[in-house]
Parts: sequence; C-alpha cells; structure tokens
Amino acid sequence: MILRLRSGQASLGLIIVAIVVLGALTAPWLLPWDATTQDLPNRLHGPTLQHWFGLDELGRDILARVLLGARVSLMVGIIVVGVSSIVGMAVGGVSGYYGGRIDQIIGRVMDVLMAFPGMLLAIALVAVLGPSLVNVVLALAVIGWVGYARLVRGQVLRAREFEYVTAAKALGAGTVRVLMRHVLPTAVPPLLVQATLGMAGAILSEAALSFLGLGVQPPTPSWGTMINGGRVHLLDAPHLTIFPGLFLAIVVLGFNFLGDGLRDAFDPRGK
Amino acid sequence: MLRYFLHRVLLAVPVLLGVATLVFSLIHLVPGDPAQAMLGDGAAPKDIAELRTSLGLDQPLLSQYVTFLRHAITGDLGKSFRTGQPVTTMIIERIPATAELAMAAMLVAIVIAIPLGVVAAVWRGTAIDYSAMTFALAGVSIPNFWLGPLLAIVFSVELGWLPVSGRGTLAHLVLPAISLGLALAAILARMTRASLLEELGELYVRAARARGVSSASAITAHALRNSMVPLLTIIALQFGAVLTGAVITETIFAWPGIGRLLIQSIGFRDYPMVQGCILLIAVTYVTVNLITDLMYGVLDPRIRLE
Repeated sequence: MILRLRSGQASLGLIIVAIVVLGALTAPWLLPWDATTQDLPNRLHGPTLQHWFGLDELGRDILARVLLGARVSLMVGIIVVGVSSIVGMAVGGVSGYYGGRIDQIIGRVMDVLMAFPGMLLAIALVAVLGPSLVNVVLALAVIGWVGYARLVRGQVLRAREFEYVTAAKALGAGTVRVLMRHVLPTAVPPLLVQATLGMAGAILSEAALSFLGLGVQPPTPSWGTMINGGRVHLLDAPHLTIFPGLFLAIVVLGFNFLGDGLRDAFDPRGK
Repeated sequence: MLRYFLHRVLLAVPVLLGVATLVFSLIHLVPGDPAQAMLGDGAAPKDIAELRTSLGLDQPLLSQYVTFLRHAITGDLGKSFRTGQPVTTMIIERIPATAELAMAAMLVAIVIAIPLGVVAAVWRGTAIDYSAMTFALAGVSIPNFWLGPLLAIVFSVELGWLPVSGRGTLAHLVLPAISLGLALAAILARMTRASLLEELGELYVRAARARGVSSASAITAHALRNSMVPLLTIIALQFGAVLTGAVITETIFAWPGIGRLLIQSIGFRDYPMVQGCILLIAVTYVTVNLITDLMYGVLDPRIRLE
C-alpha cells in the first residue's frame, strides 16, 4: 500500500525516526568515543567541541551513551509492539470472529487487565519478577496486547458481516483462510497507526521503569537510567539530565507525529 | 434507571474480583521463595519459616486465596514487612497527599486544555490550530520524569521561586502538579478540539447563528456546553493515567503519597505493602470508571437504553 504523508508533521516524524534509527545503528562508527571509556579527571564536564553533550559522573561521553541508549529504547519498542500486536491480532481476531462464550471469556480477561491504570501493572510485575530488561519487555507486552486485541476485535466484528466474506464462506473457504485472507487484513491500517503510537508508548514506559530503577540496570545505558542518575547532579551538572531527556522527548514526538500522520492518511475525516 | 445502575454495578464485581486475584498472584510470581527474597540470601532458615507463616505462605494456595479475599473485603491487607504497621493504616495516611496532587494536576490540565482545544477548533486548519495541536503533541511526548527535574532546575534552583520537594504549602504543590498535569492537558486539548468540532458542525449551532446569536455565544453557550459531556467522561477516564503518573511525580518531588510509598516498598521488597498499594490504586480506578459510567447514564438517557 502506497501512502502519502501529506502533513509536514508526519514527514518530520519520519525524518526524526529515521535519523535516530540510523544514529543508533551507526553509533560505534560515528563517534571516536566508546560509551564505556572513562575520563575521570574531566568527569561532569559540560558540553565541549570534543564532547558535544559533555561527560557523566564517570567521565563517559554522554552522546555515545545516548546513542547506545537509543538502541535499547528502539529494541524494547520493536519487541513490545511486535509481540503485543501479534498476540492482540490473534486474540482479537478469534474473539471477534467466533463471538459467543469465547468472546465473553476473552472480554472479561481484557476488562481485568484494563482495570489497572496505565503502567501500574507493569510496575507491579517488574517489582516481583525483578528489575531487568527482559522483565520490562515481558511486563509491557502483558499489558500491551489488550489495546491491539480490542482494536482488532472491533474491526473483525465489522468485517465479518461484509458481503465478500460471506461469499468466501459460501465458496467453501475454511475459517483460518477467511480470517487470514479476508477479515484480518481490514484491521491492518488502524493496527499500523496504533503500533506507531505504541512505539512511542513503549519507549516512554521503558524509560519510566528504568528511571524508577526497575528497568535496564547499569552499566547498560538507557535514557531513563541516565535521567535518574543525573538527578543527583542537577545543580552542578544539569547536562546529565537534559540531553537524555531531550532525546527521549524528540524520539517519542517523532513516533507520535508519524502515528498521527498515518491516521490522517488512512482516515482524512478526523483531520 | 435503577436497572441500569444495578447492571453497571454488577458488571464491576467480576472485574474487581479479577483485580484482587491478579494482585493476590503477584507474591506467587516472585522467583523462588518470596520469604527468602524479602529477607535476603543470608537469612536464617528459622526466620524464613517464621515469615512464611506470618504471610500465610505455608497454607494451601486456595486457602491463601480465600483468606486474602476475606481480609481484603474487610480492609485488612496484612502488615508491612518493613515497619510492622498495618498496610491499610499506612496507605490511608498517604491518601490525602495523593488525592491533593491528583486533583491539582487535573485542575492544571483543565485550565490549559480547554482554552487550547477551543482555540484550535474555532480556528481549524489555521496556523493557530497547528501550533496548538503541535504543542499538545509535544506535551504528550515530554516525560514527566524529565519535565519534573527541569522545572526544579528553573523555578527552584535558578529563580528560587518554589520549593524543590516535600509537601506543606500551596507553593510545594505547584511544580508537581504542573509536571503531572501537562501530559493530561495535552490529551484533553486534543479531545476538546475533536469534541467541539463535532458540535460546531451540528444544525443547532447554525440555527443559533441564524437567530442572531453571536459567534462567541454560539461557541461557548451552545457548542462547548454540549461537548462537555464526552469531555467529562474522558477527564474521569484519564484519572488512571494521573494515578500512575503520580507514582513517578511523587518519587521526583519527595511527595509523601501512595506512589512514593509503592516505590519505596518495592525497594525494600515489602510485598504486602506493594500488593496493598496496587490493589488500592486499581480499585480506585475501577470505582472512578464506574461512577463515570453511572454519571454518563444520568447525563445522556440514550446510554441507559442501549
């Protein structure tokens, strides 16, 4: 499907995301500094021509760590959104297509998971499972699939009544074929929008959990951990907090711009 | 009407039961022995056994579950592993602080969002609209755990206008409320715009203009008033986001609320307290949603007929 992102915001979002992905992938070759190299005599030094974002409390280059942190954020985003959307599509598809008791049972499970506000369940799960990147991904996926399932279920409920679906059934197509070839594809455009916005949400959530000390553990760089570490030096070295947060906000804004643009492209009425 | 009320309340019961079940399961998701995890690797077997008994972990799972539900219904959430005080008492002590912060954040959000959304809707498609909505999208994208420290640098450290942490005076409330309320303001501004645009397209607004009602009056007294109904629902539904955001904001600004208590308890592996905080926040959220549903039924009779 060829889409034209008409708005400047959406194009800007695409450019931001592309630059960050490129920066994260090429970080080791872009910079002469390693993210773990320590320059203790110059610790907490502010931005200079050599170190654009300055040095942290151990004299490590903040730009290198921010770019390496982008890898963690993007990886978490991709895995969480990937797993959540696949599970959500399967569960929502089955729930919407079959209806009846299956739909009711799945609906009650979703109601319970939706009863926990936002990230609270993720905080609870990581609190008991222990802080680690794997547990963060697991916790975010556990709460993440519900939104996709609801969306897909709604689309499937609508699509299963379409005449071409009835025609496919009349021609003898099996349930799996009808679902995969005729019903679920109708859910792809809104799913794509939700996945793009979901990337922003997953990146923010990972950073929030890491900020609370529940996510990525040092020395692996993560934007949330870096912001939390910088709080101690808020008075003498605010650059420790400013740059990782700025990057995080820009990347999340990029995904939000892109998601909004995709929504407008798929459904211009809401514009 | 009574039937609608009863139906909605009855629908909330299985959800609350599910929430309680999930919260009960939390301690059993701890890898290994929860009592061992709470006391640490060097703990004596006797101490571990005592803690297992006091937490009821030596009982069969079904018996633990029934006891948990029975106690939860009566407001008994066990004792804090760290302080030995009843979990319920400690949580109740923190409720006013969290409620104060949540209310202030919602007020900040409403004060920013409604004018922004109205301006964007009235001047739809203009530079004003694009600027307002870009501002709104930026607001959603700025994490409160970054905004909070930045606000503290500017208004507490550089300008010295506001205290950097703690609770007490109105001045203490300003930075945490802005930090927590901005993202909500951004969401509400977008919703206000969408809701008002829908109403502005209705015939009754055109009819009012045709009768000679001024443009400002048609917007504020007619369209905005009607767009408030779905908006109030969204404000209530966003209460959950505010409660979760409060966990982070309270940690940043050393605000003595439930969120901070939760994070401190996680640090001390005080699982009964973690369970208590999570249960209270989730039950509050479900209750607010239920009240919203009931209010919506009162405000819009069509909902009751569905």
